[in-house]
Amino acid sequence: MSDLKKIKDDFLLKLKSKTNLSELNQIKLDLFGNEGLITSQFKKIGSIPDSEKKKFATDLNLIKDELNSVINQKTKELEIDQINSKLEKEKIDVTLPERGFLRGKVHPVSQTIDEISSIFSEIGFSVEEGPDVENEYNNFTALNTPDNHPARDMHDTFYLDVNKEKLLRTHTSPVQIRTMMNGKAPFKIIAPGRTYRSDSDQTHSPMFHQVEGLHIDKNINMGHLKGCLNYFIKEFFEVDKIKMRFRPSHFPFTEPSAEVDIGYEIKDGKISIGEGDKWLEILGCGMVHPNVLKNVKVDPKKYQGYAFGIGIDRLAMLKYGINDLRSFFECDYRWLNHYGFDPIDVPTNYRGLSR
Amino acid sequence: MKITYDWLKDHLQTNNSEKLLLSKLTDIGLEVERIEDTSTDLDKFIIAKIVKVKKHPNADRLKVCNVDIGNEEIVEVVCGASNAKDGLLTIYAPPGAIIPKNNMKLSVTKIRNVTSYGMLCSEAELNLSNESEGIIELEKNKHDKKIGKKYFGKKPSKLIDLSITPNRPDCLGVIGIARDLSAAGFGKFKVYKNKSVNFKGNNKINVKISKEKNQGCLAFGSCLIKNVKNVESPAWLKDKLISVGQKPISAIVDVTNYIMLDLNRPLHAYDADKINKGITVRNSKNGEKFKALNNKEYKLSEGMCVISDNSGVLGLGGIIGGTTTGTEFSTKNVLIESAYFNPRSIRKTSKLLNIDTDAKYRFERGIDPLSIEKGLIRAAQLIKEICGGDINKIDIQNITKYKDTHIKFDINSFYKIAGFELSKKVVVKILSNLGFGIKSNKEILKLKVPSWRPDITQEIDIVEELMRIYGYDKIQQIEPIKDRRKPTLNKTQKLFHFLQRAVAAKGYREVITWSFTDSKVNDLFKSNSKDIEIINPISSDLNVLRSSILSNLIFNLNKNLNRDFKDLLLFEIGPVFYGSNPGEQETVIGGLRSGKIDRLSWIEKERNVDIFDVKRDVFQTLVEVGYDRSKFFVDDKTPNYYHPGKSGRVFLNKGKDKVAAYFGEIHPTIIKKMNIKTESLMVFEIFLDNLKETKRSLKDQKTKYSISDFQKSERDFAFIIDKNFDTQALIDIIFNTDKELIKDVNIFDVYEGEKIPNDKKSIALNVNIQSMHKPLKETDLEKLNNLIIINVEKKTGAKIRS
Repeated sequence: MSDLKKIKDDFLLKLKSKTNLSELNQIKLDLFGNEGLITSQFKKIGSIPDSEKKKFATDLNLIKDELNSVINQKTKELEIDQINSKLEKEKIDVTLPERGFLRGKVHPVSQTIDEISSIFSEIGFSVEEGPDVENEYNNFTALNTPDNHPARDMHDTFYLDVNKEKLLRTHTSPVQIRTMMNGKAPFKIIAPGRTYRSDSDQTHSPMFHQVEGLHIDKNINMGHLKGCLNYFIKEFFEVDKIKMRFRPSHFPFTEPSAEVDIGYEIKDGKISIGEGDKWLEILGCGMVHPNVLKNVKVDPKKYQGYAFGIGIDRLAMLKYGINDLRSFFECDYRWLNHYGFDPIDVPTNYRGLSR
Repeated sequence: MKITYDWLKDHLQTNNSEKLLLSKLTDIGLEVERIEDTSTDLDKFIIAKIVKVKKHPNADRLKVCNVDIGNEEIVEVVCGASNAKDGLLTIYAPPGAIIPKNNMKLSVTKIRNVTSYGMLCSEAELNLSNESEGIIELEKNKHDKKIGKKYFGKKPSKLIDLSITPNRPDCLGVIGIARDLSAAGFGKFKVYKNKSVNFKGNNKINVKISKEKNQGCLAFGSCLIKNVKNVESPAWLKDKLISVGQKPISAIVDVTNYIMLDLNRPLHAYDADKINKGITVRNSKNGEKFKALNNKEYKLSEGMCVISDNSGVLGLGGIIGGTTTGTEFSTKNVLIESAYFNPRSIRKTSKLLNIDTDAKYRFERGIDPLSIEKGLIRAAQLIKEICGGDINKIDIQNITKYKDTHIKFDINSFYKIAGFELSKKVVVKILSNLGFGIKSNKEILKLKVPSWRPDITQEIDIVEELMRIYGYDKIQQIEPIKDRRKPTLNKTQKLFHFLQRAVAAKGYREVITWSFTDSKVNDLFKSNSKDIEIINPISSDLNVLRSSILSNLIFNLNKNLNRDFKDLLLFEIGPVFYGSNPGEQETVIGGLRSGKIDRLSWIEKERNVDIFDVKRDVFQTLVEVGYDRSKFFVDDKTPNYYHPGKSGRVFLNKGKDKVAAYFGEIHPTIIKKMNIKTESLMVFEIFLDNLKETKRSLKDQKTKYSISDFQKSERDFAFIIDKNFDTQALIDIIFNTDKELIKDVNIFDVYEGEKIPNDKKSIALNVNIQSMHKPLKETDLEKLNNLIIINVEKKTGAKIRS
């Protein structure tokens, strides 16, 4: 009895003192190894008189369990200590910079084209395209702008031949001609793309972008045109209300023709679209001229509708506060980063056009 | 077109405010482009008296004047005019005033050490005449009591600059604008009528319009005024011209200009005595020369409409007069021309000779053919008023007679276009105010188009007139219906957008560059095609359409490198051209990377961008688009702007259809020629039009989902193989050994050098083996192992490395 108690007390004392894992293993061996103190006590059970046997066995088991649990406890503690001290040594400076990453960007003009397409998609327009090089007929004559028409002066045209038959399109309107020539009414299209005029200053560049719109059906009138543009401008600038003004103008290929102004004001040096008492011209439009419809073999008695042309670069400038048109094409890496869009930001209807 | 409200009031009775005028002009399509307020500037010029003139102490030609500027104030002004003398009344401009002639703002200045407070003005400086000799001398009795008062008593009204659309020649005269305004309810139009004339005599200069195939002159009216005394114009006329920015010249010229601006009736005045016998209006002969009033000599080509006499060409009809018959102050007899020229002919000639004049601008848009006589009479009367003389009978030669345009107008057609109705009463009112003759029959109006509106030829033109005058603001908006019947984008367009963002997502920044480029740069990237030249380029370094997407991209890379950026990723998606016909273009996506990867990184070892970086970008992009990587085929045949040894050509299938892409290093000679300073420059081109459009959508192309749960095994091999043997082919051979079991082949080492013969390389690869149907036994694997080795050795001449 006293043997057992002594073992227990001795070892509990030993375990209390500072130990490391190998010492602990030694203690374990000393107690529970083949020759261990506890093991040898168990071997003694057989030789103990029956009357004491039960109590001895019970006591021994209790002591064994107690010692075991203390050892296990101690082991865990030591293991944790060991891991902690190992981790302590592994500590690094997490404030060091991350590995480099690249930021690709989509050009604001491309983003704006996607926004425009997304808006017109909602109301049933599909996208058409045409070549950058056009013949004189599609760019002018078919659009009711015959040779020697003074309206041709408004387009400083780049020509590719001396006879002035091949040119860089001065507007996206020839896509109207191509679309109607090759299809059957009704038509409901937009046509974004590159356009060219030999003109260069802060507000003009020899290449720029336009989007053409065309809706031809039975009974499409100027009310539809106004409604469509009002919808587009509101959606594009992401405002609830828009001040819009139709002003009579002249384009040979539409009649009646209008230029559209939107209201704006300058607030804290920033342009704010939709309100204010200043007007900004943003697009030209009108009812497609019967002569144009005749030129593309659409019966103007049966079909009529509207067309519009919008400067994409200008829209992008207004929406995203870009001052200089020429900067769009200068490819400055800093500019591209500043005004460009993350490729993940695809303009959609449900997520909104811009973030 | 420049006008003033005052001038408008010559034709318009109104008390409306100027603000209302401006908005009304814009509302009816006469866009106000600019308003120039001159009144405040001119307010500063005052009547002053020179009290005493002293000699300038430091300059012989200068004088120092004590000037009385009213209110008993005397200032000292330095003046160089020879006519400055004691007691002279003249015009004084104080510091701060802006001199109209040169827009210079005066300030207090020291002239040769004497301080001058302001300036005494000459007529030229005030744009009153060309008289620049000496300062203005005002009449004593008229101005003596006005010292200190403003010289320009009546406030000139603001200059309003209108942008008149090319279809509205009638509004290139103030009268036309007035008529439009009154039709829109702004004021009452004063109908213009000439006073009757007393013709004194039947003298004339004979005019003949010769018969030509394309005679540009359809009518030629003329009026001879004899015994005139050409003088400076009276103040009212000068003021009028000055108020719209025209320079007064002499009464005769000023009258013709005034009538042009007022009635949109261009006229030309000849010194009749300088005309050699009669006038012939004819087509020019090739090589004929003529000196125009702008002091330039023109060499004419055949068929231009000229006014000529026996000595030669006097003027280009409707465009510009000549120096030989110009009027001068000494002119005694003057011939006024009022003609009608064919707009096409005018336009053709002026384009060829590159002449732009006010007359040309009007004639090419179409002048009122019935205004010939009216203009002549008005001019003759004014000249007589100012210069005296005898007006002779008017002579008008015609080769065709003007015919009225008639249009049948159905009132309902307005509703069809406008979307709202207009009552017959309103329609009739608007049209008659615009000058239309109207016969009405129920809903149909028979209209006679006014002769000054050549733009109106059909029903839709009438709709526009009604809409314009009634007001675009009356159009009722119809909300669009959200209904889509066709996909917004077709497959090619979707591919375009996908590629654009796929490449951007790899770290490239999108640029948009011109579709044209410098032919010298273009030559570097042109395989064999001809230059597609722009015949009128904006500058000589943007003179051809680009043959490659790379020329501008690399040019702009260089600009950024020069800004000290080093590691750049740029791309552009857009057209390149292979012919000058419409449609001879294709869409290409071009990308480039320069410099290093992980430059100055504390954690990664920096290295130059290499070919396998761009190859990865191309392949990943193509795989993302939906093409099968295992079918891609690469060879080394690339255009000559690539490094011949470090570039590749990609096909989507080994069948060698069309080139899907190129990638690689730019040829070192181009780097040198373009002076590109970077450690490395890698580029790629993906040809959108060569990417096969699959009929099926991506979701339908997906194969059945099947996977294997049987044990996967790996085996490593190393082969010694000919140096020039394509690894792509080696991988193919291994795959083809057992297409079912071999799932993947990975190259993990390529080695040339020690222990390997000079003409060989060692390729180490790892083969993934797995069956879909059963666990593979060691014997199966061993069998496959041997098969691979045999196959490779047999087909490639390689040796397995022991």
